[in-house]
Amino acid sequence: MAFFLETLLGGLMAGMLYSLVALGFVLIFKASGVFNFAQGAMVLFAALAMARFAEWIPHWTGIDNPMLANVVAFVLAGVVMFLVAWLIERLVLRHLVNQEGTTLLMATLGITYFLEGLGQTIFGSDIYKIDIGMPKEPIFMLESLFPGGVLVNKEDVIAAAIAATLVTLLSVFFQKTSTGRALRAVADDHQAAQSIGIPLNRIWVIVWCVAGVVALVAGMIWGSKLGVQFSLATVALRALPVVILGGLTSVPGAIIGGLIIGVGEKLSEVYLGPFVGGGIEIWFAYVLALVFLLFRPQGLFGEKIIDRV
Amino acid sequence: MSQKQIGDVILDVNNISLRFGGVNALTDISFNVKEHEIRAIIGPNGAGKSSMLNCINGVYTPQDGSITFRGKTFSHMNSRQVAEMGVARTFQNLALFKGMSVIDNIMTGRNLKIKSNMFLQALRIGPAEKEETRHREYVEHIIDFLEIQAFRKTPVGQLPYGLQKRVDLGRALAMEPQVLLLDEPMAGMNVEEKQDMCRFVLDVNDEFGSTIVLIEHDMGVVMDISDRVVVLDYGKKIGDGTPEEVRSNEDVISAYLGTSH
Repeated sequence: MAFFLETLLGGLMAGMLYSLVALGFVLIFKASGVFNFAQGAMVLFAALAMARFAEWIPHWTGIDNPMLANVVAFVLAGVVMFLVAWLIERLVLRHLVNQEGTTLLMATLGITYFLEGLGQTIFGSDIYKIDIGMPKEPIFMLESLFPGGVLVNKEDVIAAAIAATLVTLLSVFFQKTSTGRALRAVADDHQAAQSIGIPLNRIWVIVWCVAGVVALVAGMIWGSKLGVQFSLATVALRALPVVILGGLTSVPGAIIGGLIIGVGEKLSEVYLGPFVGGGIEIWFAYVLALVFLLFRPQGLFGEKIIDRV
Repeated sequence: MSQKQIGDVILDVNNISLRFGGVNALTDISFNVKEHEIRAIIGPNGAGKSSMLNCINGVYTPQDGSITFRGKTFSHMNSRQVAEMGVARTFQNLALFKGMSVIDNIMTGRNLKIKSNMFLQALRIGPAEKEETRHREYVEHIIDFLEIQAFRKTPVGQLPYGLQKRVDLGRALAMEPQVLLLDEPMAGMNVEEKQDMCRFVLDVNDEFGSTIVLIEHDMGVVMDISDRVVVLDYGKKIGDGTPEEVRSNEDVISAYLGTSH
């Protein structure tokens, strides 16, 4: 039983990280109707920026407090992501107003490869580490219930708390503010949004910035667990099934989808793996997503839009 | 017709020409719109009616000519500026925010008027709370007016066409526009829906005091509700005047019956 709980918790924590990446997809899709393929590249770019700045800042400024250096690096990386967002709007999106979704998707595909290349050109292509001082030691819980207790990583708990805070803030922003409403409006219809005086360009910069910050947080957490390396960009592919499961337009959907997939992966690997020879973890999420596409294409929480013929 | 006060010229279109590549969508069009009137733009398909509306709305920038709105002359401007000056529009092919509820759709029309800080709004404190309530009341007023109370929480994508048209009008009304541009408000409606829409247009003109510029195909409707009519054909103005004058205009008759081209 303790082992089951450990697997479950491990799955939840992994799921939380998928959720963070999925959240980036959802934000941009919700607010601009663009399926942003570049989200993974943004995670990599942000994490690279953060890792390298944390390394460079003590040299540049003589700050020797690692925590302070991390904070400065985080802020600088945030500024970099803002610049990226602004440039993407200025150079790409502005020229594609009112175009088909496919056109915009292709544009983000281009941005993906460009960002991956640029990130490695500027920040280097080795493996870097982000050390934000997360406690690595495990804690044991429920020792009175199970012999030996349940092992939990402190690091994971903190990561989960950060993710939860971010999600709450974003949900409130989307549902309660007029800017949030404007973002949702832009997602549905560019032309109509313009006619009521919503400035498309500014909205796009805002939403790409927010997605950039989400990418930065995701990159920071992944990076501090696994190190910052090129494979971070492929994290995006792992988040795709999450988005399909949760619904492309739902912030809570991204979270719950991520958790379901994280838990599903781990449990199926542990309990079904022995019977089919293992490796389930790799394809489980995709099969689940396919099943959802068949029976509930809008995902668990997505908006169901009925198109009239 | 109701007894209403038609005021001075509020919108003046001067010698507008619009080309798309080699196609002359509009050639040297001039007309004016007076405060509180209902001004119709009619013409056969492809006559340039929607292009005209898009020029006024700032979606297209005409190559020549200018538009004077309340004494200020512009040769080009963007949609945002137009919206800020108090011009709202509806769309020929519905352009609603389909995933959002009726009330949220209409609330988006208030966006330009919401001034309080985003963080206060998120927390619903202080002035932001009051402001939200005030806008919400105005939107409820519009919902009552358009008789769509029962659907306020329904995602608009699920409403029948005629009701979606009303939501489109509601969103434009939420901007408290001085000039309301209606692009074929009755297109695709059955007789009953058309009658309702006519009533709403007249009431908007009356109660909200908005000046209305409308494009319409249904000649009966146009002749009934408009004060003055502009007739376009192949991007040129071929008639301008009261419904009676336009009805007896030779050019207009031939354009519509297609006799002498």
